[in-house]
Amino acid sequence: MEQTKLYQKISSRLGELEKFSPMKEDMSIAQLMDDKGISRRDFMKWAAGMTAMLSLPASFTPLMAQAAELTDRLPVVWLHMAECTGCSESLLRTDAPGIDSLIFDYISLEYHETLMAAAGWQAEHNLSNAIEKYKGKYILMVEGGIPTKNDGMYLKIGPQAHTGLSIAQEAAESAAAIFAIGTCSSFGGVQAAYPNPTGAKGLSKVTDKPVINVPGCPPSERNIVGNVLHYILFGTLPALDAYSRPKWAYGLRIHDLCERRGHFDAGEFVQEFGDEGAKKGYCLYKVGCKGPYTFNNCSREKFNQGTSWPVQAGHGCIGCSEPDFWDAMGPFEEPLGNRLYHTLYGEGADKTADKVGVALLSATAVGVAAHAAIAAVKGAPKTDES
Amino acid sequence: MSKRIVVDPITRIEGHLRVEVIVDDNNKVTEAYTSSTLWRGLENILKGRDPRDAGFFIQRICGVCTYSHYKAGIVAVEDALGIEVPLNAKLVRTLMNAALIMHDHPVHFYHLHGLDWVDVVSALSADPAKASKDAFNYTDTPMYTGEDHLKMVQKRVADFVKKGHLGPFANAYWGHPTYKLTPEQNLIAVSHYLKALEVQRTAAQMMAIFGAKQPHPQSLTVGGVTCIMDLQSPARLGDFLFKFKEVAEFINNCYYPDVVMAGGMYAGEPSVNAGLGTANLFTHEEFQVSATEHLFESGVMMAGDVVALVTGKPFKVEDLDESKITEEATRAWYKNDAALHPYDGETDPNYTGLKKAQTVNDKGEEVETNVVKESGKYTWIKAPRYDGQPLQVGPLANIVVNYARGNERVVKVVDQFLKDTGLPIKAVASTLGRTACRMLEAKVVADNALVAFNSLIENLKVDDTTCATYKIDKTKEYKGRYIGNVPRGVLSHWVRIKNGVIENYQCVVPSTWNASPKDANGVRGPYEEALIGLPIADLSQPLEIIRVIHSFDPCIACAVHVMDTKGNEMGSYKIDPSA
Repeated sequence: MEQTKLYQKISSRLGELEKFSPMKEDMSIAQLMDDKGISRRDFMKWAAGMTAMLSLPASFTPLMAQAAELTDRLPVVWLHMAECTGCSESLLRTDAPGIDSLIFDYISLEYHETLMAAAGWQAEHNLSNAIEKYKGKYILMVEGGIPTKNDGMYLKIGPQAHTGLSIAQEAAESAAAIFAIGTCSSFGGVQAAYPNPTGAKGLSKVTDKPVINVPGCPPSERNIVGNVLHYILFGTLPALDAYSRPKWAYGLRIHDLCERRGHFDAGEFVQEFGDEGAKKGYCLYKVGCKGPYTFNNCSREKFNQGTSWPVQAGHGCIGCSEPDFWDAMGPFEEPLGNRLYHTLYGEGADKTADKVGVALLSATAVGVAAHAAIAAVKGAPKTDES
Repeated sequence: MSKRIVVDPITRIEGHLRVEVIVDDNNKVTEAYTSSTLWRGLENILKGRDPRDAGFFIQRICGVCTYSHYKAGIVAVEDALGIEVPLNAKLVRTLMNAALIMHDHPVHFYHLHGLDWVDVVSALSADPAKASKDAFNYTDTPMYTGEDHLKMVQKRVADFVKKGHLGPFANAYWGHPTYKLTPEQNLIAVSHYLKALEVQRTAAQMMAIFGAKQPHPQSLTVGGVTCIMDLQSPARLGDFLFKFKEVAEFINNCYYPDVVMAGGMYAGEPSVNAGLGTANLFTHEEFQVSATEHLFESGVMMAGDVVALVTGKPFKVEDLDESKITEEATRAWYKNDAALHPYDGETDPNYTGLKKAQTVNDKGEEVETNVVKESGKYTWIKAPRYDGQPLQVGPLANIVVNYARGNERVVKVVDQFLKDTGLPIKAVASTLGRTACRMLEAKVVADNALVAFNSLIENLKVDDTTCATYKIDKTKEYKGRYIGNVPRGVLSHWVRIKNGVIENYQCVVPSTWNASPKDANGVRGPYEEALIGLPIADLSQPLEIIRVIHSFDPCIACAVHVMDTKGNEMGSYKIDPSA
């Protein structure tokens, strides 16, 4: 039985992890939950939710709970490259007193420029100490694209002014697992959009080590936390798609579970922002929604503790978790078929909409084809599935 | 014999920043260099794109003041196309702006700047019962300072410290002689540090109600806003109102009294009661709360008038004359050294590298380090100037200029604050004053932004339009701009549209003004000027430098942008790949 095998594999993985000593000796997650007023029952409910989110069978819930309790074995190094700090801000939104935030309270954050108290020499020593002391054991999370042009001179950090490129490469060398947090770190991001003045690249392009991409601009805090848990559970890369995105989070298109999908199928569209269709919550495809081409779980998980997401707020998806979306998905308020403007692919501004034309349902066909094509790409990193 | 200190990275900011100072025999700063160490080139990327996309791209300048550049990008294009945005949309944008200020300023004070004022370790020796009583010294209605709550906070910190593994709090400046709060005061502040982590989530939800998500909201479009369904729902409007009140309560009962408390204790500390830096102040009208009214007004005050204001002499506030704004790159890593007018400016990178020199490290030893060339180029930030002079922007400028203008909402909170702290008005002209003005700006917003909410409700009763219709004529050329005040000061975006696509795009960002390098005349920018004369107790623990710099709330990814203020003839510039 596949499932039984997987269950055993995870159990033995967690057993091994348990042998590591915790980073913080005195307090267990259970105790922390006590402090925060979270009951065991709440915790198991949360674990069941996370199990479902990671598309695992319900019988794995106790393992999930165990994995959460083992987060105290994980030192984390978080680096900032060419970025806007939006991903760090997203991380700060983990909800309290939810277990998600406890995990981030609980992981030992060895280096994080936005949050750490130390600066300058003191900060640099925190980084080198962590890399040395936890060699091969720490989780590396990187936010931001890596400028590579002219040997990476467009980003330098620390008293000795090392390039961002060399710092990221060195930290990757000794990491147990590497996560590229956000679209910049995953694929280069906004600074890598045409003409990419600084030669910005995704982390996976500058290291030979396997990198798990967690794209989004920014990714939701749940996708960040979910991937850490997945790593604890399996100790290996999660099942990834062709772009090294974990399938549990990026396996479905926004469109598949969209709350406005019924209107798409019924042919009811917002024709322009603010019209009668907009007031009725019609489908946003014709005002540029890229949900049909975008693989992410926004329509299920939403943002800011379920407050909203772009389609709910009446604006289409801009495709922010797709590689090169800045060039490939624009203009953001036109259907892809109406592309008029200068982009990576060199379309000129003189082209008119009439020449292009788009059949409504072709969007679905394109989406399906895209999905099939992505699934068929060879040479994807080795994963549990392959 | 002078010595040199390098602080890189300056942590607890947005972006990548290096500060170098030279100190004399008495450990007083005699010269300073602030250097931005990252360049991304976003404006160049915008060329040739759909103007409607400008806001989405340019929003990614920064995920901390996440909404500011989005709105600026959208409004600049609206201005270019001559679009009059419906009142509903204007007011929703104001409410989202309120959500940003009410998130950004408390997060800066507690989580970025707080550890400069608060010694977490000292809180361990506090008496929670006494601390609970002390909290009433700073407000009649303290929150999260009950004895039971403070005991719990203290235990949490004690458990954390006992483990000997401090994670993000490791290797910091605990016990530094310039920490001035009592153990009890430190405990109060630590309690609010932890509470603010929760409150900021609520403030972010406020933005997400109308904005889809935070960071990087997605409900503005050229012509208006897209969140019409949220505006039609009384439940959503009610959600906003109650979250607003919750955050406003925190600002009034925690943030305000904590700054009053720090103001009293730090008033005699030389490293924070000077350091105004550049005394020329600049702010701009922002926060439309009804069809005709804004919370904050515009103005420029040059140094002489600022001094006159704080010493009780006659002063004047000038209106901005945009033709006086110039930029230059004599000391920045770009090719064009000449002090050109912005619209002739070019932005070809010209990285000239660093040099070796002895600097003091964290053990107090002098070691060979890579440092900036003091007579050459040393940063990716250009030097904007007004009539040849640097300007300081940000909450200090906004509060002082609006106070000078007699803006009643501002005068009221400033006078109350001076009364509560017993400080004279000239205390505002300092590092401490900069930190206090940020809180006062948040308070003015928290006390008054619901005027915009009420205006919105009234207007929704008679008008449900949220978007203006418009057409982009590809045979026409357009130009437009946004100028406003955002959490870190005056922001402007400038756009030219031709053939239906973006011809040129430029940003003039608050941190560009404040983190400016020296100019051709050797005149320092505001960060640098604020560091001159700063006493440093221990060269291996330069907490004083970090505190001064943090008081500006640096946003360095924002600052590194080419600028042009003329609007009509944007500078042509190109990136030389071989540079």
